[in-house]
Amino acid sequence: MTRLFFASPLLLILCLSACGRPADTALVVYSARNEQLIKPVFDLYEKQTGVHVDFVTDKAEVLMQRLIAEGQQSPADLLITVDAGNLWYAAGQGMFQRVESSLLEANIPSHLRDRDNRWFGISVRARTIVYDPAVASRDELKDYMDLADPRWRGRLCLRTSKKVYNQSLVAMLIVQYGEERTEAAVAGWVKNLATDVFPDDTQLMRAILAGQCELGIVNSYYFGRLQKAEPDLPLALFWPDKANGGVHVNVAGAGVTRYAPHAEAAISFLEWLSGPAAQALFAGVDMEFPANPAVSPDPLVAAWGSFDASPIEVETAGEFQADAVRLMDRAGYH
Amino acid sequence: MGLSQQIRSLTRYLPGPWFLVALGIALPSLLAVGVIVGSLFSPDTENWPHLFEFVLPRVLGNTFWLVVGVAALTTVIGTGLAWLTSICEFPGRGFFSWALLLPLAIPGYVLGFVAIGLLEYSGPVQGLIRDWLGSGTWFPSIRSRAGIIMVLSLTLYPYVYLVARSAFLTQGKRVLEVAQAAGYSRQQGFFKVALPMARPWIAGGVMLVMMETLADFGTVAVFNYDTLTTAIYHTWFGLFSVKAALQLASFLVLGVFIVLVIEQWLRSGSRYHQAKSPPGGRIDLIVRDRWLAAASCGLVLLTAFLLPFVQLVVWAWQDIIAGGLNLRFLGFAWRSVSLSMVAAGVIAVAALMLNYAMRLDAHPASKIAGRIATLGYALPGTVLAVGIFVPLVFINNQLQAALDFLFAADAPKLSLQAGLATMLIAYLVRFLAVAHQPVAANMLRITPSIDESVGVLGVSGWSLLRRVHFPMLKTGMLTAFALAFVDLMKEMPITLMTRPFGWETLAVRVYEMTSEGQWQRAALPACAIVLVGLIPVVILTRRAEEHVA
Repeated sequence: MTRLFFASPLLLILCLSACGRPADTALVVYSARNEQLIKPVFDLYEKQTGVHVDFVTDKAEVLMQRLIAEGQQSPADLLITVDAGNLWYAAGQGMFQRVESSLLEANIPSHLRDRDNRWFGISVRARTIVYDPAVASRDELKDYMDLADPRWRGRLCLRTSKKVYNQSLVAMLIVQYGEERTEAAVAGWVKNLATDVFPDDTQLMRAILAGQCELGIVNSYYFGRLQKAEPDLPLALFWPDKANGGVHVNVAGAGVTRYAPHAEAAISFLEWLSGPAAQALFAGVDMEFPANPAVSPDPLVAAWGSFDASPIEVETAGEFQADAVRLMDRAGYH
Repeated sequence: MGLSQQIRSLTRYLPGPWFLVALGIALPSLLAVGVIVGSLFSPDTENWPHLFEFVLPRVLGNTFWLVVGVAALTTVIGTGLAWLTSICEFPGRGFFSWALLLPLAIPGYVLGFVAIGLLEYSGPVQGLIRDWLGSGTWFPSIRSRAGIIMVLSLTLYPYVYLVARSAFLTQGKRVLEVAQAAGYSRQQGFFKVALPMARPWIAGGVMLVMMETLADFGTVAVFNYDTLTTAIYHTWFGLFSVKAALQLASFLVLGVFIVLVIEQWLRSGSRYHQAKSPPGGRIDLIVRDRWLAAASCGLVLLTAFLLPFVQLVVWAWQDIIAGGLNLRFLGFAWRSVSLSMVAAGVIAVAALMLNYAMRLDAHPASKIAGRIATLGYALPGTVLAVGIFVPLVFINNQLQAALDFLFAADAPKLSLQAGLATMLIAYLVRFLAVAHQPVAANMLRITPSIDESVGVLGVSGWSLLRRVHFPMLKTGMLTAFALAFVDLMKEMPITLMTRPFGWETLAVRVYEMTSEGQWQRAALPACAIVLVGLIPVVILTRRAEEHVA
């Protein structure tokens, strides 16, 4: 009996290692976009085309390590991830293949995709200033750099610099203003903080609502979620105008993996993603802007008004991300 | 000296067959640690100067104070409560003795999030205080070093409580009576006799606490408190340098390894073979102390378990009304439970075998293999997941190449890295330490003299194990299983990385929601994790209680 007791786990392992990948898979996706945001899209695709999508979710960085480790044997056909920095890194590490598709080129504006068409932005989010109109007036606001001005002392709230969204924002500022000026501005932000930085954007907005600070920088969809839950939300978004560099935008995007076993199917899916039905759903579930300019956003999102996005290609965020991280470390922005 | 003698004297220095068992169990761990420490051979010259100047000084200080603070506070809370519930008599003692283990099921990041939600500037407590006393009222910040030490200690003290309690229960009141007969006061009896006797057990519990604190990422992220683990992710995700991140992690591995070896060395000097004495009743406290004891137990239970649990239920309730408790959700729950059961069983058996190997082969090589096998608990989960994944994929790809060569186009497609076997191996690397400690603590009680005297009766080998050892190890095995089960239910990074396509567990649901800051929506799966995790905890404590009574 004891012998059986010891042998059972070994037997179990033997039996279970037979478990492999699904036999007749049509399309395999690695997704850093959360399940609740991506599954409805796969469901719609299956309904419209009959193609079933197998997928796993995880952090972008982990999925990329997984692709590297698996190499040519990887079962993945498509990598979906948020943040242009991640997409830029994946492309640089040779994880994607070039996709020739006139449909994709027509649907996705060039500043929202890779120069060599290795990945394509699917939805757009803006990272901009949120403020409480009761205490901070719209006329006081100018742009991101200006938040370093001493008149904001003790009035600013920020999220941690460890979040990639802030790293991309600072990377964009480096491209626009150079390292020296950006570092001075970031140090100014830190000086102006009303309290320690927050782990997420929602807590930051709660602090503004409670009166702990007056303004901060958030991703537009966090604002959208809060507004959806509380329609009378007494906060507003501010869009820096074109003269001041415009609004920092970022993307959620996708690329066909280099060793994709079903590359054709992956390209068809990507093309479908850039079309009207998928665009409305993909962006709509998370209150983002569709990357395809022909598709209009959710009414609630549209009500925030139009803005001028920064003309800098989103992938630049990736190129300067490590510089941005080092800069924020030096400036004491943790 | 003849040749045969030479060989014999040589083999004396070589480890015996049990070493191979220890090595077998340590092998996956060895591979993972090898991948991580191997990074040291290709230094990343670009990022180190920056890390040295701007990152490491701060995070090392933070990590040091966090580990020291949590170790000290869990020792005080765990040992104190264990003493109260095992040796003293006071109202509610029977209830508290098992209820105080419940916080084990609450993930640290959940308690952290609830504590911050309640005590932050924008939270209800400070809001009320501002309403009463005006807006300028000072309030200690919860998002501080003291705050995170409190929160982590409140979720981790059960590890110390559990082992200290079982140590005190076996000592019984008699130890104290002997101490008093020797002229010690009750207080002196505790500090000079009972506590030192329980030291090896308590040290084992505190060691687990320290390892888990080092590996923690969820709780420190909620507090935005930067530790070595944060710096590892910062380097990996932010600076895109996997190499430098693994190098940082390998320093963590080396540090923990040294501490483990020192602990082992300190402990080996004193072998405690304490015969189990009948407990002999409990101390009656004076009235004031009785209520004080009940109040301190109540306070810990309230803050570490009731408050966060009630908050989770309130949030989860909104989800339940919206129909969140559907068939799909039950599927996640079932997968979590079955997976954790199987894995906890494998881990508990592996812990038993490892302990035997270390006991039967006292060679230092077996000891070192044993230590390496338990290192995984101190490593940040995601780093460990990658460390395990890389060698497994390598093996998979080599096998695939061989198959392709043999069968050409007909070769079956392998995908070992995303399968149950891989998950189990990875879980083993991660949680063996948790199961190892209670089994080792039980093993301390099986004296060589027991083996000898039973051996005289002609009982040895498997039947010695079955008829003598197993009954003595039962509690330890059960504890090992329960602790591993609770931890497995909460585990995220390994599950995320190695699960087969379409597999969802409760912890994966929690990840999906919390990673985008939707804490309320994570409440339902988190609640289910807590509830299911409670079952083994309650069974465990009930049994321990019966055992003594």
